[in-house]
Amino acid sequence: MALEVGGKSIPLDEEGYLENLSDWTPEIAEALANAEDVKLTGEHWEILNFLREYYEEYQIAPAVRVLTKAVGKRLGADKGNSKYLYSLFPYGPGKQACKYAGLPKPTGCV
Amino acid sequence: MSMLHIVNKSPFERVAFDSCLAHASAGDAILMIEDAVVGAVDGSSFAGKVKAAMADKSVYVLGADLAARGLEGKAMEGVTIVDYAGFVDLTANNDSTQSWL
Amino acid sequence: MSTKNFLFVNRKAPYGTIYALESLEVVLISAAFEQNVSLAFIDDGVYQITKGQNSKGIGMKNFSPTYRALGDYDITKLYVSSESLAERGLTVDDLMELTYEDADDDYAEKPSIILANREEMAAMMAEQEVILSF
Repeated sequence: MALEVGGKSIPLDEEGYLENLSDWTPEIAEALANAEDVKLTGEHWEILNFLREYYEEYQIAPAVRVLTKAVGKRLGADKGNSKYLYSLFPYGPGKQACKYAGLPKPTGCV
Repeated sequence: MSMLHIVNKSPFERVAFDSCLAHASAGDAILMIEDAVVGAVDGSSFAGKVKAAMADKSVYVLGADLAARGLEGKAMEGVTIVDYAGFVDLTANNDSTQSWL
Repeated sequence: MSTKNFLFVNRKAPYGTIYALESLEVVLISAAFEQNVSLAFIDDGVYQITKGQNSKGIGMKNFSPTYRALGDYDITKLYVSSESLAERGLTVDDLMELTYEDADDDYAEKPSIILANREEMAAMMAEQEVILSF
C-alpha cells in the first residue's frame, strides 16, 4: 500500500500504518485521516501530539488503557476517558490515533 | 605469525570467551564484539582473566557495542577501544583470524 | 479473564540476541491484558536496564527507554539480582532510574527496582503462577 501526498508516494503496511516512521509530516496525518473520512481538529491534534511525544520519550505506542490514563493526567479528566477518545477516533483511539500520528500499531493491540 | 581472535559471546553465559583465552598465543590479538564486550568491564569476576591475557596479548573492544549496552567508559585500562575501521585494520594486520562463536 | 501472577525472567544481554526485546514486547502485551506482572533481571539480563545506552553505532533501535514506560503499565516490581550486578562489576547506580506513580499514595513517584539476593529471588519466584524465561 502507499499514500500519495504532495506528489510523493509514502509506503504503508498492510494495515495502513507508515512503513517508515521518519516519513511522517502533519500533511501525511491529514491525508491518512481524510482517507478514513475524518477531518482533524484541534482536539485530534492534541492527542496526536501527545502520542508523538510519548513515542519520542519511550519508543513505544502506548496501549489504550495507558493512553487514556496519561491523557487524563496531562489534559484533564474530561479528556482522559474512553468516551471522549472514541468520539474523536471511532475506530479505536489506540489504532486510529497511532496511525495518524505516524506511530506503529500499539503493542498488545489486537 | 599473529592471529586475531574475535569473540562475541558473554563470558558470563558461555565458555567461548574462556576457550578463546585458553587457545590464544603470545603476541595474538583478541577483539570483543557484540555480547562479549561485557568482558571488558573492570571490576567484574571475569576481569582478572582479561588482565592476565593482556600480559602477552593485545586486547581490543568494539566501542559501538560497548555504548549500546551503556558500558562506555567502563572498560578496564589496557583494553583498546576500536571502531569499525579499527576492526578492519585488526583483520588486515594479523596473519589470520579466528572467530569464537 | 482471571488475573494471575506473571513473572518474566530476563537472563540475556540486549542487542546480541533478540531475547531481551522479545521479552519486553510480551511483557507489554501481558500488561495490556491486566495481569499482575513482575520482572526479574538475573545474570546477563541486568545489562538490559543499564543507563546511557546508545545503540546508534550498531545501527539497532535503542529500546531501553521503553523500560521507563513500564510504570504506566502498572508494572511496578522489577527484581534485580544483587549477585549478578556484583559479578559484572556493576552497582545499582549503573542502572536507569525506573519508577512508577503509586495511585494509592497520591501518585507519589516510587522506585520500581528491587535489589534481591538469590534467596529473596527464590522466595519471590515461589509466589508466581506463570513464569516465562527469556
